[in-house]
Amino acid sequence: MTSPVLEVSRIRKVFGGVVALEEVSFAVAAGEMVALIGPNGAGKSTCFNVVNGQLRPDEGHVALHGRAITGLPARKIWRLGVGRTFQVAATFASMTVMENVQMALLSRRRRLLSLWPRATRLYRGEALELLERVGAADLADRPCGQLAYGDVKRIELAIALANEPALLLMDEPTAGMAPGERAELMALTAAIAREGRIAVLFTEHDMDVVFGHADRVLVLDRGHLIAAGEADTVRNDPRVREVYLGPETLAADEAEADAPGWAAC
Amino acid sequence: MSLVVVQFLTGLASASSLFLVACGLSIIFGVTRIVNFAHGSLYMLGIYVAYSTAERLMPLLGGAGFWLALPAAALLVGLIGAAMEVTVLRRLYRSHELFQLLATFGVVLIVDDIALAIWGPADLLGPRAPGFDGSIAILGSKIPEYDLVLIVLGPLVLGLLWLLFRRTRWGTLVRAATQDREMAGALGVDQKKLFTAVVFLGAFLAGLGGAMQLPREAANLGMDLNIIAEAFVVTVVGGMGSIGGAFLAALLVAELNAFGILVFPEISIVLLFLVMAVVLVLRPQGLLGKAEQAQHATHGEAEPTLAPGGRAMTAAGLLLVAALAALPTLAGGYLLGVASEILILALFAASLQFIMGVGGMISFGHAAYLGLGAYAAAILTRELGAPMEGALLAAPLAGGLGALAFGWFCVRLSGVYLAMLTLAFAQIAWSVAFQWTEVTGGDNGILGVWPSHWADSAARFYWLTLALVAAAVALLRRAVFAPFGYALRAGRDSPRRAQAVGIAVRRQQWLGFTLAGVFAGLAGGLYAFLKGSVFPDVMAIPMSVDGLVMVLLGGVQTLAGPLVGAAVYDGLKAELVTRTEFWRIIVGCVIVLLCVAFPRGLVGNLKALWQSRRGVEG
Ligand SMILES: Nc1ncnc2c1ncn2[C@@H]1O[C@H](COP(=O)(O)OP(=O)(O)O)[C@@H](O)[C@H]1O
Ligand SMILES: [Mg+2]
Repeated sequence: MTSPVLEVSRIRKVFGGVVALEEVSFAVAAGEMVALIGPNGAGKSTCFNVVNGQLRPDEGHVALHGRAITGLPARKIWRLGVGRTFQVAATFASMTVMENVQMALLSRRRRLLSLWPRATRLYRGEALELLERVGAADLADRPCGQLAYGDVKRIELAIALANEPALLLMDEPTAGMAPGERAELMALTAAIAREGRIAVLFTEHDMDVVFGHADRVLVLDRGHLIAAGEADTVRNDPRVREVYLGPETLAADEAEADAPGWAAC
Repeated sequence: MSLVVVQFLTGLASASSLFLVACGLSIIFGVTRIVNFAHGSLYMLGIYVAYSTAERLMPLLGGAGFWLALPAAALLVGLIGAAMEVTVLRRLYRSHELFQLLATFGVVLIVDDIALAIWGPADLLGPRAPGFDGSIAILGSKIPEYDLVLIVLGPLVLGLLWLLFRRTRWGTLVRAATQDREMAGALGVDQKKLFTAVVFLGAFLAGLGGAMQLPREAANLGMDLNIIAEAFVVTVVGGMGSIGGAFLAALLVAELNAFGILVFPEISIVLLFLVMAVVLVLRPQGLLGKAEQAQHATHGEAEPTLAPGGRAMTAAGLLLVAALAALPTLAGGYLLGVASEILILALFAASLQFIMGVGGMISFGHAAYLGLGAYAAAILTRELGAPMEGALLAAPLAGGLGALAFGWFCVRLSGVYLAMLTLAFAQIAWSVAFQWTEVTGGDNGILGVWPSHWADSAARFYWLTLALVAAAVALLRRAVFAPFGYALRAGRDSPRRAQAVGIAVRRQQWLGFTLAGVFAGLAGGLYAFLKGSVFPDVMAIPMSVDGLVMVLLGGVQTLAGPLVGAAVYDGLKAELVTRTEFWRIIVGCVIVLLCVAFPRGLVGNLKALWQSRRGVEG
């Protein structure tokens, strides 16, 4: 059997006195979409930051295709095939949409030190293709700093895809979007992931999105992984329900366990 | 042994004033987030005001008059600081740090000329301290009694400040405001009053630091910039916003100065550099500073996009060069000299704009690389008899190497910390040029740096300058739109995103800094041959700030800006200097006004106007 794309084992990360992650282990296989859920402050973003190299874990290991990448800087991990979108979208605001994608392509081809050619003339076709894949080709010449937030999220996805990643990390990809847009973006992501056999790890607050697209769900609570498994198993896990709904409502809500309404978190 | 003791105690005594200035700077920064460049001017005013006050009071009150004059001077300086807060600083709280630093530098120029008008250009030696005018023997060596007063003063002030901040309600409020400005506002604190009071306190400390130097040092007009550079080193080493850190670092810096003179009398400043380098590599946030959090809280609007001008712009550029090339048919020697100088400074400003506008790094010490280029060219021609052509090749190399060495440290910091560090490095380069007389000629400079025979008429040298500057500026612009410039801009726009697409942000910045050093060095080489001489002034703080003002005049985000800025600023200054002795005050007022009212610069404002017009029509 081949090793999973991402394997996280026994990660621990402490900020001052706050334990953000403790003994967190999981794996994501090629082509699989895994949702990482949990209340605010559970440690989801920290988990992403540890995987993509923005933070170094205090303990534990991260492996990509079986190769240890723990503690490597973010830029090296990107080169190994990890694309990422941020909770608070991060793009290059002084560049056009097209240039944002070109920037990633220039980096991939290691052209960052070249002083002569016009950057905007390089890899245009490829950049346009990527924008088409996320349905943003018509935005190509708009300055990224002036886009609507939902569009910025799609541009981030295009940037993340520029390096043909084996693993996509998407931190709250649909936060700040209208419900219709959310479903659209996630359907798009799922299609892209399936097509390219990309492993996707995403966090999401909208449970419709989670249960609609995730092959598996991981639940974090105050730094601990409290449940993991298929969507239905996790949905009915009493500990998960307790975290999301509070113990007192547990009995009352038992009857409507299947109602989609428990997105309110 | 006894020499060591003497130097140690001298160092302790010097540390006190340095501590007073640095902790005032730190306290003001903590609450207002402004690095007050004019803090050294307040220090200088402290000693001048103390001089005049003591002169009046001592005939009336004798010794008591002296001891009254010192706190009185500090108080007056505190009030001047408060006035500065109300008139200038208050309008800058929401500005970019570049404008905060520059505007307060404008105040430096204004204070300089006011001091010149009141106290004149000559050094003023104050009276000795009554009651402490002798010396006492410690371990067989003589120590001035007054030094002991200073040695006690430092820890005393540290203790009082500790009490003020930890044991009084006001101190608690200031600490709350330092942690979180908005929260303090929510607590019902009258922010305006609090800010004014804090600046008063900081200015009072600077004034006291200056006044206390009266018996030790002659008051002079260069004190402001000397102390501010040291205070920057102290705050960077000690950790911004930490009073204890300022104390520790002031001790360290003062002792290094005291002992450096014993060990390397010629280049004692190098020791300071080494220690600063070691501290910054091990603890970028300074000895007692807290790790830097998300910076750039003061950024307003998003940076505009950049686009190359296209064929029309290229054509316009070529036309401009052609027109400039025709200048010698119209103008005589003097005017050609001015024109050459403008061209050289335009290149200098363009190289600075490259790291500031594109790289997002504010340098307050870019003149260091101009100076390195100038000195390299001068030393090669004068000492080694190299021809001008060789010297002009060596100049960019020297500028680049200097930027490579200093830049390695600078890119580890960002925002105001970076600005302060670049300034400190430039000041170190200046001190080496000033102190190392065998090589640089010290204050007397290096004379007789003339161009080769084929370029020695004003017109020919102008053409040479025009050719080199035009080529260099074209190359720089090319780099801005090449992948190199894009990657640099990516790191400025969003370091997080840049890292996440594989860009080594720090390395890119380092190389960008070096490239800017190369072009500044070339400008320096030309400058040396234009003037026929090189003096330490070429890398002094005012030269660095001149570059900034040119960039700012034209607009930081406007590629044509530096060229326009250099022409306007250098032209006006050349004109002003011939007309009045007090040109600094005029330039200072212009800078303050520019920072407060027109932060986008001339070209930037015109562009915005043009775009809004088009927006309305389209
Ligand atoms: N850089 C940091 N410094 C200090 N504490 C942090 C930092 N990043 C996250 N934390 C803390 O770690 C915990 C987990 O945060 P985070 O990973 O952002 O949660 P989530 O993304 O699940 O909302 C929180 O308590 C947060 O305050
Ligand atoms: Mg988060």
